Amino acid sequence: MLKITNMNVYYGNIYAIKDVSFDVGEGEIVTLIGANGAGKSTILKTISGLLRSKTGSISFAGEEISHTASHTIVKRGLAHVPEGRRVFLQMSVKENLEMGHYTQPGGTMDERIAQVYDKFPRLKERRRQLAGTLSGGEQQMLAMGRALMSRPKLLMLDEPSMGLAPLLVEQIFEIIKELNAAGVTILLVEQNANMALAVAHRGYVLETGRIVTTDNAAALLQDDAVRKAYLGG
Amino acid sequence: MLYVSQLINALQLGSIYALVALGYSMVYGIIKLLNFAHGDVIMVGGYIALFSLTALAFPPVIAALITVAGCTLLAVIIEKLAYTPLRFAPRLSLLITAIGISILLQNLAQLIFTANPRSFPTQMLIPAGSITLGGIQLGFVPLITIFASLLSMAILTFLVQKTKLGKAMRAVSEDMGAAQLMGINVNTIITFTFALGAALAGVGALLYAAGYPRIEPTLGMMLGIKAFVAAVLGGIGSIPGAMVGGYLIALLEVLVISMGLSQWTDGAVFLILILVLMVRPTGIMGRIQMEKV
Repeated sequence: MLKITNMNVYYGNIYAIKDVSFDVGEGEIVTLIGANGAGKSTILKTISGLLRSKTGSISFAGEEISHTASHTIVKRGLAHVPEGRRVFLQMSVKENLEMGHYTQPGGTMDERIAQVYDKFPRLKERRRQLAGTLSGGEQQMLAMGRALMSRPKLLMLDEPSMGLAPLLVEQIFEIIKELNAAGVTILLVEQNANMALAVAHRGYVLETGRIVTTDNAAALLQDDAVRKAYLGG
Repeated sequence: MLYVSQLINALQLGSIYALVALGYSMVYGIIKLLNFAHGDVIMVGGYIALFSLTALAFPPVIAALITVAGCTLLAVIIEKLAYTPLRFAPRLSLLITAIGISILLQNLAQLIFTANPRSFPTQMLIPAGSITLGGIQLGFVPLITIFASLLSMAILTFLVQKTKLGKAMRAVSEDMGAAQLMGINVNTIITFTFALGAALAGVGALLYAAGYPRIEPTLGMMLGIKAFVAAVLGGIGSIPGAMVGGYLIALLEVLVISMGLSQWTDGAVFLILILVLMVRPTGIMGRIQMEKV
């Protein structure tokens, strides 16, 4: 469904992503794990078109999107929940969801909002509140609900567990599994490698902008080098 | 009685400042640009109104529509030609470009219309006359100015709060990257913002010309700068802030004049600017900018 070939990204003079290639198959949960600064978020931003790769190709659902304007990518069925959630803090919960529906035909909005409220009942309770008044967990739910408004085929999640209490992290990962079971392909970026590998089918390990290992999630959980570096021994 | 008529003066002037300040504040909210050419768009609007009414002899409503459309078109052209190519340039380059556009418009106007002021035929736009309410005489010009401004601001508030484009505008102003991820075309929204600000400036141009009927190439300069101070006082980037700031600045000016210190009005306004920047740079309603980590 998503195929990245020879991605090379620079931030000015800094060579951030070095010749990265990977793919995500339809129906999979694939995770990119790696330390802070390894380039995980940069890869997602490049797929979304917020950054550009110097070389190579990004193919999504059979179409080349490496030169497509970022605002047209979500319309093709690729939604991105960015790092730090980045909900619109000055807008209400409902307005945030409306923004997620921006590219969709107007008539379907109320139905989609109802579906998101079903999945995240807390958002319904707080629909009139400004997003800035929500807790971290609620903001994460809002960010995910907002991305789901566009009915994505592929959902990219950047550090959904960041800054959340363990109980909430479990809840978020439970929802990720449910979404996947409902047919959404997922590309998950995480520092919490244990949790990520527990839900994912496959994983790629990223080190300073390069992919160093890839395997089935179960195998990576057993891999000595990976355990030592990312799973606390 | 004197107080009431002074208050009407302040409301009339404040309405115009508020309309102009809105254009500054909205554009700043979206692309962090202090658009110093905004005041000169109003000056061009003044000439458009003047010639629509006199040389072309259009009826007042048509002349008003042409003025608003003309200001909107001019602002969109400026945005496309001068600001869009600098989207990823440092903010200082953008600011200097805006000052350059301001000087260009003023000099072009001087070249085409000469530096001599022309008097604006207010009666061709708003009929002379007044109504008397409780012993107070209210002229049509201040009444229509206040009413038209409040109506424009109500329409603006509706657009920004309730429509899809308006909500997208708020989203872009808060987080451009996240807005792009929603599928919002940021360029469209930026153009829409300039157009909206300029349409309000067009209304401001008409009302300013009607109230202070003297059209000259430098007309937009002091008006623009005072509206800018109003936007800063209200909290730059904030729409309700710009409205409040506009009325407060006008109130201050009228207060200073009524104390017999009319040559100090400009000084008082700039003193406010300095005080706001020293004590509360985010203004009355500005958001506290949180540093992103």
